[in-house]
Amino acid sequence: MKDFDFAAPKTIAEAVALLSKHGEQAKILAGGTDIIVQLREHRRAADVLLDIKRIPEVNELSYDAKKGLVVGAAVPCYRIYEHQEIAMLYPGLIDAAALIGGIQIQSRATLGGNLCNASPAADSIPPMIALEGVCVIAGPAGTRELPVEKFCTAPGKNALGKGELLVGIKFPPPKPNSGAAYLRFIPRNEMDIAVAGAGVSVVLDAAKSKCTAARVALAAVAPTPLLVPEAGAALVDGVLNDALIDKSASAARAAAKPITDMRGDADYRRHLVGVLVKRALNIAIQRAKGM
Amino acid sequence: MKKKLHVTCTINGKETDFLCEPRQSLLEALRDELRLTGAKEGCNNGNCGACNVLLDGRLVNSCLVMAAEVEGRAVQTVEGLATPQGLHPLQQKFLEHAALQCGICTPGFLVAAKALLDQNPKPTEHQVRHWLAGNLCRCTGYDKIIRAVLDAAKAL
Repeated sequence: MKDFDFAAPKTIAEAVALLSKHGEQAKILAGGTDIIVQLREHRRAADVLLDIKRIPEVNELSYDAKKGLVVGAAVPCYRIYEHQEIAMLYPGLIDAAALIGGIQIQSRATLGGNLCNASPAADSIPPMIALEGVCVIAGPAGTRELPVEKFCTAPGKNALGKGELLVGIKFPPPKPNSGAAYLRFIPRNEMDIAVAGAGVSVVLDAAKSKCTAARVALAAVAPTPLLVPEAGAALVDGVLNDALIDKSASAARAAAKPITDMRGDADYRRHLVGVLVKRALNIAIQRAKGM
Repeated sequence: MKKKLHVTCTINGKETDFLCEPRQSLLEALRDELRLTGAKEGCNNGNCGACNVLLDGRLVNSCLVMAAEVEGRAVQTVEGLATPQGLHPLQQKFLEHAALQCGICTPGFLVAAKALLDQNPKPTEHQVRHWLAGNLCRCTGYDKIIRAVLDAAKAL
């Protein structure tokens, strides 16, 4: 591995100062499951690696009925799915946190890192989009917020500017009668990169027969994780039935812009999007109904 | 070469310190600086589990941990499994069930299986297979490993 320095800042201000000084040549280490491999394989380069795990804010994992959920950028997957209250309230997030890699990876990998790595196939990003996640970003000019769907800008690229650091992701408290789910397709049972994925959320009316709001986001079928507003809108106000769910799935299929690669060709991925959106919606609706 | 870092941590229950390069992984520090060669370098990219150790009790791939990160933390390696009184039941059962052929993956499987039994002393076969999905073995076909872990759970 190319030589680099290692730093473990203890405050956000210290991290921002180091990031401002080194620019592109500073890389952030949270769980390390992507960045260490990329440095080793010369896919990214660094003069200094910043371990942010000594900063208290990035380790925060908290839920408050009014404020909602805060997941610090360095919180590993296992802490999220082992937190009973959070696991119960945000099952759509757990779907992703519990299927990324094996146990060893879940001990380290973080949602923040999944976002910053900005892979189009990232499993946790579609459910974060579906759940209206908002990125909290610290930088030289202070703190700013950005919806998760705007964070990834191209494969491997994100919206962080010079000196900026992702501190965490905030989610609103779950609305009454709401549910979410994430599903992906891989050719094996465990531990593979998504050929396609779908993260969805629905809010039902008091009678639980109509949908008042819905969000559908896709993985691995565009240069970035993709929010499809038309697929959400297709569900709103009609009576919830298979035909309505089909309409949403068709809208998602139409919005997908997949490529052909070793994991699957474009037509196959588009087909998968339809199947996954339908299945994920059915799970989310069941969860919203409390079944 | 960058200036070496001085890292203090606990390894297998013993306060330890070592010097490492900032770019070295925990796996490299264990093997090359501390001469604890139980953890193996298989893929060196987080796929195979041959380098598994426990970091503050959590199962990790030591190839995906930087050595400097373990300052102040507790590391357990396969070398810490056996005691002067004898082998750990997992090691004993791996021998009895011939749960290895070439042996490169074995330290990783032992550490991973220990992590499982620490938190779930009576796992089902399905749970064992799911837990060990992050450890690759190219010789045994896994069945003997799974049987050894289930048998060790009975013995513990």
